[in-house]
Amino acid sequence: MTTAAAAVSNEMIVFEDVSKFYGEILGVNRVNLSIAPGITSLVGPNGSGKTTLMNLMTGLLRPSRGRISVLGTSPDNPEKLFHKVGYCSQFDSFPRGVTGREFIEFYLSVHGYAKSKTKDWTQRALERVSMQDAAGRSVAGYSKGMRQRIRLAQSIAHNPSVLILDEPLNGLDPMARAEIIRLFRQLADEGLYLILSSHILHEVDMMSDGVILLHNGYVVAEGDVHGVRDEIEEHPMQILVRCDRPQILAARLFEHEHTVEARIHDDRQGLFVKTRRPDDFYLLLNRIVTDNDLQVESVAPADDDLHAVYNYLISSDGGVVK
Amino acid sequence: MSVTVEAGEKSVTKEEKLTTNSPWSLWTRQTLAIMRLELMKNFLTSRAILLYLLAGLPLALLAVLAIFPPPSHEFQNFGELSLVYAVVYGGLILRTLVFFGCAWLFMNLFRGEVVDRSLHYYFLAPVRREVLVVGKYLAGLVTTITLFCISTLGSMMLLYFPRFPSESTQYFFGGPGMSQALVYLGITVLACVGYGAVFLIVGLFFRNPIIPALLIYGWEWLNFLLPPLLKKASVIHYLHSLAPVPVSEGPFAVLAEPTPAWVSVPSLVIFTLLVIALAGLHIRRMEISYAGD
Repeated sequence: MTTAAAAVSNEMIVFEDVSKFYGEILGVNRVNLSIAPGITSLVGPNGSGKTTLMNLMTGLLRPSRGRISVLGTSPDNPEKLFHKVGYCSQFDSFPRGVTGREFIEFYLSVHGYAKSKTKDWTQRALERVSMQDAAGRSVAGYSKGMRQRIRLAQSIAHNPSVLILDEPLNGLDPMARAEIIRLFRQLADEGLYLILSSHILHEVDMMSDGVILLHNGYVVAEGDVHGVRDEIEEHPMQILVRCDRPQILAARLFEHEHTVEARIHDDRQGLFVKTRRPDDFYLLLNRIVTDNDLQVESVAPADDDLHAVYNYLISSDGGVVK
Repeated sequence: MSVTVEAGEKSVTKEEKLTTNSPWSLWTRQTLAIMRLELMKNFLTSRAILLYLLAGLPLALLAVLAIFPPPSHEFQNFGELSLVYAVVYGGLILRTLVFFGCAWLFMNLFRGEVVDRSLHYYFLAPVRREVLVVGKYLAGLVTTITLFCISTLGSMMLLYFPRFPSESTQYFFGGPGMSQALVYLGITVLACVGYGAVFLIVGLFFRNPIIPALLIYGWEWLNFLLPPLLKKASVIHYLHSLAPVPVSEGPFAVLAEPTPAWVSVPSLVIFTLLVIALAGLHIRRMEISYAGD
């Protein structure tokens, strides 16, 4: 490796031709990635390899092939790596019998820090996730959202430069989600590398600087959020409109070229629409409803989830749609 | 002292530089921190209940016998009590209670955390995994030694003092009683050291360690039937050699020269160190997925 390449490697999280097999089963295959500071989301359905990538990055798993470097440190070297890295894994489990505060303090003390520093950092981490009031209670009595937040506090307590978060918003109520997303943004603005996984596309859209789309252990798309979205927007969006006279709505929609398909629902109380320009569609819908005095019960996107995105991105033979 | 974190960079303090320069000091602090957490788990969680029951069993048994002494002459005769205790200690405390207590605790040091899905917290800390093995093992030793030494000494006191207080006082403070008690305590400590090492490794290498534990139990119990060379491949052989009051192993026992203490004790210690080194090597390469556990 040249000096310049090594310097770049010291500032990035690098996967070089990394594969992981669980016996005969593929975890991830031939992954080449360079992850820069900011929020990077790993997106994919269950079994796509998100958690495997995170566990490889943190040395909980070892690659069957290839090389991983986290800011110049190999995951084989936990003594050095975990001064830089915090990992909030998906395992919703805790050591027996600990309170929230003890949970953070114990593992900070394992770092070897002095007691006073351990206490200070614990308190600061608890405040960052708004858990200071419940910190004295046993973790066993926490709600799912509280457990999620205390694990997050534990992973950030030692001020890591790289924060890895596996489904960090699971179990959080909307208020807590917004608060935690704000915290992520703040940490990213401080220069941290945040790598997180999520199933929920709109949250990924909202907070990520970059995304890595995974499917069956392969990276199928990566880059900034808008680039990946553009790829998705080449495909018509499906919207279900529940209303009283879907025939009139269908006839009016077909007058516009962005309407690809309009299909009346079996109960004749709704219309499936495929449109190439959702923004124009919504404006048009407002006009049609007003002009024709239609009674609209609901309007909802029918394919605004990750599986639909995958259907668009993955062709029938498993290749990536360009 | 504070550490400022700005834009992903840590300002390195003098203390942290010192830490980098003296790994032994860091490893000692980390070992003590691991021991604190493990001792809390060993003594205060539901997993400790079995240990308390095992350690309390001889105390409860001998308390009942003190209140309702059996009519047999061994219990009525003070001179026979040392033999009675040797049988209780060798047959019940050492071979069964200390054995299963160590099996339960040391097999669960890693296996239990895999089952609870909490081992990754240690693996995600900047600590050498070998230090983790040492910290957990030492915490296990402190726990088992504390409980089973109390059990050993308490059961001895319960056998002697309630029915023969004056003879017992003379026996322990003016006779051989105290040295016998210390030797039994020493055997208990060595049993915890040896069995602890065996079950630490069993818990690391076997997904279901119950069957290997039962096989080891059978091997240790049948030790008296084994030829002299095979006897040496057991923990009980070395412990048995140290017993202050010899007990007959029955008519079918294969007799062998007892191993002297200057061989028994270092042998157990060297065996333990080798096992801990092996555990360290194993855990260095260990992966965590929790799948199927």
